[in-house]
Amino acid sequence: MEDRRQLKDTLIRYIFFLFAFVSIAILCMILFFLVREGVPIFEKVSVKDFFLGKYWYPTSDPPDFGIFPLIIASLLVTLCSASVAIPLGIMTAIYLAEIASTRVKEIAKPLVELLASLPSVVIGFFGMVIVAPFLQDAFDIPTGLNLFNASLMLAFMSVPTICTISEDAITSVPIELKEASLALGATHWESIVRVVIPASLSGLSTAVILGMSRAIGETMVVLMVAGGAAMLPSSIFDPVRPMPASIAAEMGEAPFRGDHYYALFATGMVLFIFTLFFNFIADYISNKHRQVGAATL
Amino acid sequence: MSQSTISLTQHTVGRRKYSQVAMFVLFRIAAIINALALFIVIFFLIKNGWQAINWTFLTQSPIDSMTKGGILPCIIGTVYLSVGAMIVAFPLGIASAIYLNEYAKQGIALRTIRFGINNLAGVPSVVFGLFGLALFVTWMKLGVSILSGSLTLGFLTLPVIIGTAEEALRAVPDTYREASLGLGATKWQTIYRVVLPAALPSILTGGILALSRAAGETAAIMFTAAVFYTTRLPSSILDQVMALPYHIYVLATAGTEIEQTRHLQYGTALVLITLVLGMNLIAIIYRSKLRRNR
Repeated sequence: MEDRRQLKDTLIRYIFFLFAFVSIAILCMILFFLVREGVPIFEKVSVKDFFLGKYWYPTSDPPDFGIFPLIIASLLVTLCSASVAIPLGIMTAIYLAEIASTRVKEIAKPLVELLASLPSVVIGFFGMVIVAPFLQDAFDIPTGLNLFNASLMLAFMSVPTICTISEDAITSVPIELKEASLALGATHWESIVRVVIPASLSGLSTAVILGMSRAIGETMVVLMVAGGAAMLPSSIFDPVRPMPASIAAEMGEAPFRGDHYYALFATGMVLFIFTLFFNFIADYISNKHRQVGAATL
Repeated sequence: MSQSTISLTQHTVGRRKYSQVAMFVLFRIAAIINALALFIVIFFLIKNGWQAINWTFLTQSPIDSMTKGGILPCIIGTVYLSVGAMIVAFPLGIASAIYLNEYAKQGIALRTIRFGINNLAGVPSVVFGLFGLALFVTWMKLGVSILSGSLTLGFLTLPVIIGTAEEALRAVPDTYREASLGLGATKWQTIYRVVLPAALPSILTGGILALSRAAGETAAIMFTAAVFYTTRLPSSILDQVMALPYHIYVLATAGTEIEQTRHLQYGTALVLITLVLGMNLIAIIYRSKLRRNR
């Protein structure tokens, strides 16, 4: 009787162990299928031409499969959106963690969560029908669907990510550190800048990287708002075509297992590797500089 | 001499106080900008969308090449897809969370699993779409269908469920477990009879959040489940469906009369955010209630 109970318990333990590995299994399957459907393009186009080719004309004859403009577009929208989202996200996090009263916090934190939950297609739609005409008039430019608009919309998608993770990092700074600083006569603000922020720096970096990772992979916003021109932009008001936009817009028309189809999967592979890379860095920073009490400062 | 030192100190104190006030105002503005962004989006959708919403809009199929009529097939499609995603993700997610919180010990296995979950959470939704297309639609020959879409969305929302379920399990006090084990229950009996029931309300909150995430997702269902236009409502899980988010995208970018259907686009977007934000609000309110009772 006792033995059977123990046996059952061990068995259940192993079953759960298997379930826990599902995430890893899915991740590996994603990589496998992207490679399987993406690599055949390199029989037609050399790796160098694919990554550094300046022309993406997948449907012309002969087609051009150079994703350089797409990669640059992705990096540019991510960087531009980061320049808005990082200050905004971290400042909001500091406000929520350090400055806001409990009552304000009770309302403000759910608002950030709601902002995070807005479907990307709705933000893309908003950028298209409200922000784009506004920008067109305000800056007197040919189209409001451009790099700037897309970056702005993306910024508001990554702010909640940056804000929530930063806030966790800030609240987990040991209270003694702040108390010591205040006791030495520093103002609250000085304590935040000199003590709290340095102590939570690794958490803040993780937040920033994950926010940028979210921005680079975001699809609907760049699909609807970035303008869609697969060219190297010369100004911030030029339309661009980031990688996710290209995949989403063209997959429907690409002939099954044709060169275009393979090229889009290969683009997906590049995108996947980019986000994997961002996550690697975030993982590394948060493990390497894990804050364990005040002693590790 | 001493007089001037005092005034100098007062002067710097004043300046330090002043810079603190100025910075705090700046931070408050940052927070307000975020709230404002949310309200502006909601405001414009309601302002331009509320007229489109009436009984016909919610209960009819689109007609005249989607320039008139309603969005019933999209609502039904979105409900099927997101509920299907939960059927996939909920059991998997809870099982993962149980292992992570109740069984796992620090070590290489745990780190690998965590790494997998973190990375899965970071995979772009369009990549999930490609994956679903390659695995479910093509390789498993499920076609563009509710089933393919639900599986894809289920995998996409898995990290959300794992995260919230783990947090819920962690919040169950260890004294509960010790009491149960002390009475002679096995580990599994303890989990099943004591820990899970205690954590269930919070786990359900996570489920609602994941449901809303799946309902608003577009890129992952573009190639796996959603169809431009169909007149009939789905009758099996191997049917293609229309879905709210995809419908917004289609009407706004590829419809025959983009300007003419603007009110339908706003209306559809309003229905979608009402669904999504509504579910989120329910989850948030329910969660804060749970925390207060604890």
